[in-house]
Amino acid sequence: MNPNILIVAEHDGRTLSVATAKCVACATTVTDAAVTVVICAADATDLAQQAATLAGVGTVLTVEHPVHAHPLAAAIAAQIAALAAPYTHVFGPSSTFGKDLMPRIAALLKTVQVSDIMAVESATRFRRPIYAGNAVLTVEVLDGAQVVGTVRTASFQPVAGGGSAHIEAAAPVVEPPHHTRFVSVSAARSDRPDLQSAARVVSGGRALGSAENFQLLYGLADTLGAAVGASRAAVDAGYAPNELQVGQTGKIIAPELYLAIGISGAIQHLTGIKDARTIVAINKDPDAPIFEVADFGLVGDLFEIVPQLQKLLG
Amino acid sequence: MKRILVGIKRVVDYNVRIRVKPDGSGVLTDGVKMSVNPFDEIALEEALRIKERGAADEVVVVTVGPADCQPQLRTCLAMGADRALHVQTDTPLEPLATAGVLRTLIEREQPFLVLLGKQAIDDDNGQTGQMLAALWDRPQATFASKIELTEGKAQVTREVDAGLETLEVDLPAVVTVDLRLNEPRYVKLPDIMKAKKKPLDTLTLESLGITPRAQLKTLRYEPPAQRSKGVRVNDAAELLAALKHKGLL
Ligand SMILES: Cc1cc2nc3c(=O)[nH]c(=O)nc-3n(C[C@H](O)[C@H](O)[C@H](O)COP(=O)(O)OP(=O)(O)OC[C@H]3O[C@@H](n4cnc5c(N)ncnc54)[C@H](O)[C@@H]3O)c2cc1C
Ligand SMILES: Nc1ncnc2c1ncn2[C@@H]1O[C@H](COP(=O)(O)O)[C@@H](O)[C@H]1O
Repeated sequence: MNPNILIVAEHDGRTLSVATAKCVACATTVTDAAVTVVICAADATDLAQQAATLAGVGTVLTVEHPVHAHPLAAAIAAQIAALAAPYTHVFGPSSTFGKDLMPRIAALLKTVQVSDIMAVESATRFRRPIYAGNAVLTVEVLDGAQVVGTVRTASFQPVAGGGSAHIEAAAPVVEPPHHTRFVSVSAARSDRPDLQSAARVVSGGRALGSAENFQLLYGLADTLGAAVGASRAAVDAGYAPNELQVGQTGKIIAPELYLAIGISGAIQHLTGIKDARTIVAINKDPDAPIFEVADFGLVGDLFEIVPQLQKLLG
Repeated sequence: MKRILVGIKRVVDYNVRIRVKPDGSGVLTDGVKMSVNPFDEIALEEALRIKERGAADEVVVVTVGPADCQPQLRTCLAMGADRALHVQTDTPLEPLATAGVLRTLIEREQPFLVLLGKQAIDDDNGQTGQMLAALWDRPQATFASKIELTEGKAQVTREVDAGLETLEVDLPAVVTVDLRLNEPRYVKLPDIMKAKKKPLDTLTLESLGITPRAQLKTLRYEPPAQRSKGVRVNDAAELLAALKHKGLL
């Protein structure tokens, strides 16, 4: 049987997340795979159009139900499990959306999940990081089990557009559970580039010392057209909001350029930036571990260097 | 009896620098410091605070793993857990199997809340809590940074990519915790002495009627690709010149 892969789309109700195009990229590295994207939404019309253009997608399935106005794992998992039978693989992104949802689907299907797929070796063989990226495992799924997987989005480039998949409505076959209710989300919307997809990221650590000082980095980021990130220490201290955290328990990112400013380089932080093309470190401690991974290291006081950079970039 | 069940995993301490064995058969763990998974400590701390507020009567910790997990269970008892369950097995279980064991224990213990870590920092799977919630057919709230209990319900604030999301779930439910939920207490010496007398029950998979099936085989371990060593620049101007030269600005 040829691989038949179902991808659970991530979206905000209007726009498909780039993570979905990265899942498609991962799925198309499985030899001879047919790829279907399923969209659970209150209104899936526009989203389906967007998914249909992703190169490599054969079919787009839509499931429309008011409960899908917000991504509740319990509701989506029940739906996906009900239509998963024909598929050999069910993939989702390893964003908080996918991390929350996919194991629930796997358990309903009584099957195994491979988390954080970074490379596909065959339809049953995958590579994934463990120990905060300090080791890489190659795992084999046994006995023809259905494979549920989360795709490590930093490892894949989104597929191009230009496709023309055909769109089908799937009946919402299951009654969604009533035990879980959406209350609110802090929509911290900004005009700045999105941390997870930005080409440049300016990130600050504990050294910034206050939320006020952290504004320095916003200035530099704006000059560079960069997104802003933070270490856990900076988030814990309240200098930056939690959605800016980069690292093992924050976001795993792969920008072209990453500036680590006043960040020591703990392994949990480095996990989040291993795939950045170029890392710049600015730190006053010449022995800070961040310098071991930095392509360009500058030893000095950030409170002098950042304003200088600003000025030179003019 | 209002009971909270907390899942605990023994893992290599987060400060240890992990190294892959030269033959690719695993990571070096000989003589390495082992600890309670940091997320699980936070889950336990939260359970203890809920009990201290009077919203629970008993906190039970459970681990599934080999005999040498006992020191970590004792640590949890010293932190304040009332009793410990040790489901002893020498074969490491996959998350679905661990969730199955927890599901069986729920039948016996009837907790109104199950708290787990959002991920174990060894295998970084992040699956067990969600799988347990599915097998139990109950709500899940993952990556919690705040938990508020009211009659029969919990309001949970979750750390998601977009920011903070709040869900309301009916109890019983499974909640997996994130780092900012709380800061776990330190264990004091007298508590360690007291913990020695607290009940720690050892169970076997057979006694629970569970025969786990492996669905995944590990073929090899490798060290991650290393980044090549970079260069030092002397000042801001030199840095910008270097970035321009590389076509990054
Ligand atoms: C389970 C677990 C998960 C974790 N997950 C994450 C995660 O996802 N992301 C994360 O970032 N961390 C994470 N951590 C925390 C991590 O271990 C570190 O504690 C954290 O990354 C440290 O942040 P920092 O580098 O900003 O602070 P510090 O380690 O305090 O470093 C501050 C640095 O700033 C430098 N400095 C000070 N003043 C100046 C100045 N004026 N100019 C220039 N440099 C200066 C110092 O030399 C120092 O190197 C996790 C920890 C655990 C246990
Ligand atoms: N062997 C185990 N025994 C008890 N609890 C576990 C075990 N493995 C995982 N857990 C719980 O499930 C959480 C998530 O683990 P994982 O899915 O392995 O990343 C952990 O933080 C623990 O709370």
